Amino acid sequence: MPSDILDAPAVSAAPPGEPDRAAPRIVPRRRTGQWASAAVLLVLLALALVSVVRNPAFQWDVVADYFLTSAVLRGLGLTLWLTAVVMALGFALGTLLAVLRLSANPVLRGIGWGYVWLFRSMPILVQLLFWFNIGALYPVVLGVKTVDLLSPVAVAVIGLTLHEAAYAAEVVRGGVLSVDKGQLEAAQALGLGAGRRLRRIVLPQAMRSIVPPAGNMLIGTLKGTSIVSVIAVQDLLYSVQLVYHRTYQVIPLLLVATLWYVLVTSVLSVGQRHVERHYARGTAGAR
Amino acid sequence: MSAMVEIRSVHKSFGSVEVLRGIDLEVAAGRVTVVLGPSGSGKSTLLRTINHLEKVDRGWISVDGALVGYRKSGDRLYELREREILKQRTGIGFVFQNFNLFPHLTVLENLVEAPLAVQRRPRKEAEATARRLLTRVGLAEKADAYPRQLSGGQQQRVAIARALALEPKLLLFDEPTSALDPELVGEVLDVIKDLAHQGTTMIVVTHEIGFAREVADTVVFMDGGRIVEQGPPAQVLDHPRHERTRSFLSKVL
Repeated sequence: MPSDILDAPAVSAAPPGEPDRAAPRIVPRRRTGQWASAAVLLVLLALALVSVVRNPAFQWDVVADYFLTSAVLRGLGLTLWLTAVVMALGFALGTLLAVLRLSANPVLRGIGWGYVWLFRSMPILVQLLFWFNIGALYPVVLGVKTVDLLSPVAVAVIGLTLHEAAYAAEVVRGGVLSVDKGQLEAAQALGLGAGRRLRRIVLPQAMRSIVPPAGNMLIGTLKGTSIVSVIAVQDLLYSVQLVYHRTYQVIPLLLVATLWYVLVTSVLSVGQRHVERHYARGTAGAR
Repeated sequence: MSAMVEIRSVHKSFGSVEVLRGIDLEVAAGRVTVVLGPSGSGKSTLLRTINHLEKVDRGWISVDGALVGYRKSGDRLYELREREILKQRTGIGFVFQNFNLFPHLTVLENLVEAPLAVQRRPRKEAEATARRLLTRVGLAEKADAYPRQLSGGQQQRVAIARALALEPKLLLFDEPTSALDPELVGEVLDVIKDLAHQGTTMIVVTHEIGFAREVADTVVFMDGGRIVEQGPPAQVLDHPRHERTRSFLSKVL
């Protein structure tokens, strides 16, 4: 069979019915279907766009009026702050949990597994309501009333972080497992300590497989924080809700929030590309 | 000549498979020992026990007079703390079959990582040493390249330089040329030969019989977790006493 493969180019070098030695011109196949379907989709998209812009019920003037009001911006600020804090704390706790799950000690492994199992099983909404009502279970902690101790924002941070950490733990664990075992052995053979091996050798290489799902989680968290509106934390969504409860301009105000979410998500996606390129250095895909 | 490495009745099992069944071996300082044997004969495992990458089940190993991985007290061996084991390993360079260079670090960073972190040498000094070592393996101009940008042979030469950066008293090579394209084997063997001529103590697990003949002071032939025979290359390779050695050599030569 190898001889067939070797023969093939010799045959095609002189195509039948083409006597001259000059290379024949290559004409690509016409892709009529692709052109037609693209044209149809573009037309449909344009129609949809026109209807969205021209339908007065969208009340774009109201959207413009509220887009930069201080109430909305304050809500946006809280959403961004909450996202950043929850991601940072969630990944810190998640990395710790991943280390537990990868430990040689079966008890530590079990605890790591149990945490991930529990907090992935609980709906985030239930968890938020649970922490919000924790005072019913523990009215007083260390001589302080629990209700005074935990503001709605604190409840939001705790609930979202514990939830995030369970997912982050799996992302980090997957990343660590993706690193070749030989890397760890080489580090051990060079006498590098456990902390240094993790920080300097394993995690930087694990980052390549951690960053894409982490970017996903970041964007998910940004929008996911909107759930804290149920416990009256004044994030972006709750801020516009406060306005439309007063003015009944539900759709344009939801559009205000949506546009902000889209805007921030777009910025984060660009950021993710840069981070991915940074951690791809030294690999085949690096430029 | 004093023994740099002393291995006494070492046993090791993975689950129910006994891979080392009582190994006794002495390696003199400044000598080159080449370990030959078929796959699964336990030669790589033996090499890995010498720097405690694998723990022995029975017996003991000493390097330069110090027990590897254990402390003797009375008639017992107590396993050392991780920190102490890591310190012992810095005296033993290990070169892997698959190089195991750190792909996210440049060649120079690969070389200075351990001297900086483990021996706490000043960066300037560590980098100077690293560049000297790179010159020695013929890769001075590759200091800022990433491992992936080098050929397999170049990567293995960097790995050898990295092992040398800690100035070990013993070098262990685990099939250093087995992952290389045939035309790249020579450049790596040349570097190892060069080290041998400078009196570095080393143990080399390999399939390169020609290399063994040329460089080894002692050739050790292993099979089934035991040392079948050992001696100078002229004896073991040309006049093997054991049938098992003869049949192995007849297949690989």
